[in-house]
Amino acid sequence: MNRERSLRTALPYVLPGALLVLVFIYLPVVLSFAFSLYRWSSFSVNKVYVGFRYYGRLLSDPIFYTALQNNALYAVISIVFQVGAGLILAAILEEKVFRKYQPFFRTVYFVPSVISFTVIGLLWQMLYNPDIGILNAALRGIGLGRFALGWLGDSRLAIYAVIAVSQWQYTGYIMMLFLVAMQKIPPELYEAAMIDGANRVQSFRHVTVPQVKAMIVVNMAITVIGAFKVFDEVYIMTGGGPGRSTEVLATYLYRSAFRNDEMGFANAIGCVIFLMTFALSILQLRLSRVGRIE
Amino acid sequence: MKRAEYRRAATRGILFIGLSALAVSILYPLFWMVVTSLKTNRELFLNTWALPTRWQWSNYALAWNAGVGRFFFNSVFVTAISTAAATLISALAAYPLSRFGFRGRTAILMFIVGGLMLAPQISLISLYKLLQGLGIYNTYWAMIVPYVAYRIPFTVFLLWSYFLFLPREVEEAAYSDGCNSWGILWHVVLPMSKPIIATAALLSARVIWNEFMFALVFVEDSALRTIPIGLMGLKSQVDTDWTVLLAGLTMSAVPIILLFILTQKQFVRGLAEGGVKG
Repeated sequence: MNRERSLRTALPYVLPGALLVLVFIYLPVVLSFAFSLYRWSSFSVNKVYVGFRYYGRLLSDPIFYTALQNNALYAVISIVFQVGAGLILAAILEEKVFRKYQPFFRTVYFVPSVISFTVIGLLWQMLYNPDIGILNAALRGIGLGRFALGWLGDSRLAIYAVIAVSQWQYTGYIMMLFLVAMQKIPPELYEAAMIDGANRVQSFRHVTVPQVKAMIVVNMAITVIGAFKVFDEVYIMTGGGPGRSTEVLATYLYRSAFRNDEMGFANAIGCVIFLMTFALSILQLRLSRVGRIE
Repeated sequence: MKRAEYRRAATRGILFIGLSALAVSILYPLFWMVVTSLKTNRELFLNTWALPTRWQWSNYALAWNAGVGRFFFNSVFVTAISTAAATLISALAAYPLSRFGFRGRTAILMFIVGGLMLAPQISLISLYKLLQGLGIYNTYWAMIVPYVAYRIPFTVFLLWSYFLFLPREVEEAAYSDGCNSWGILWHVVLPMSKPIIATAALLSARVIWNEFMFALVFVEDSALRTIPIGLMGLKSQVDTDWTVLLAGLTMSAVPIILLFILTQKQFVRGLAEGGVKG
């Protein structure tokens, strides 16, 4: 280690960052919990203590269950497409015959994830549009006109239509994380598998998958955490509608706070998001490089 | 033998077609966005596939004047300041945590990096109240301050893990020449860490440029809106004038796509380091 051993020399460097994190990340979480125990509105001076009443109300609130169900649906579909398909895509692109084309495909697949969701959401609103959108036009074009539906306007379909856009946007991102992990696998392992007579699929199962296992778990954690935090996608594409069919926890929180002005209730939803994401975040941090701090 | 070869070639062919189809399904919507942004609204309704008969650059002028110009300026301003501040503050914090030998440094590091576990959604309302209390609600600072704070945990981690493996010798020599720790940071550590600092800044810039929820809630005044929120406003403003909206979308997407393609290497390295989305 260095000659500088005292906390006193370190403090001026660390303080601005540590303070910002304390005041704007940790403190608000504590406040959120405290605020969830009171009935208050945006402009009210007084807060009325209600204890855990809002949590009780959540448990008997059908919209809360719709939201929870939509978040869970988001999580399950995202694991299948982003983690499952992302893993397979990465493995295919790592195959020798496709190496040559890999830079092109991986760049194309990754591009949607750098674009703001507002752009993507508004674009897909148009693509889904029954009058001008290309989706229905394409379906009619290939003789599948009966599947040309009112995607975002149909309360049973809308959540799937929104989730599909997220897959479109993020599968390439997760694939990229897998690619980076796969490029660290020593080639000798594949050579040994080949000598043992393994075919491509077998060496994927017995070499690739075990070697990127940690990355699979990290990516699953990332996608599930993402699924329980989701806000932009739903707010932009459906605003929670039609009816309340696409509501997710974060949009319900927003609506409760800034439309219905029930700040205490909204904070209770915030605390549910905390519960759903916190344990998974610890798991993710422990398994990814961040967890190996010591 | 022959048969196995045929089968392998067929598999390869099918996989290649699959990869290409996927690439088309990603590129075509983006291509449609650009092409349609150059059509008239009438052309769009007549035939959604057709190319424009005359390129309507006026759509871009309309979108720009309807606010996109203003949002653009706001986004550049907020992203530049937030990214610079987050990177600088994180570098300051990561430096002693990786290079000094004081007691408690692991605890401080865990405290800062632990911020990654807390989703901003949880704190939306309390931050809103906090910013009002600080008197910066509905100003640029209402976006900048939370953006900086939320970028610190990851950026500190990224820089810390790089600083940790810098060689000691140069630093020792500088100490012997009478340099203090501040001088070492500026003249030794930071110059040796330019690539990771670029990576850290790029990752922050991407997240901040695209951030939606805080910008939606912490700012009310439409003159302060950044692109993601501004486009929502543009949408209600142009009503069914879709092609103008598409011009606005294209203008917002192109800079970040170009930035990504130009800096892909740095981008991906940073993502791989942290395994953190967004």
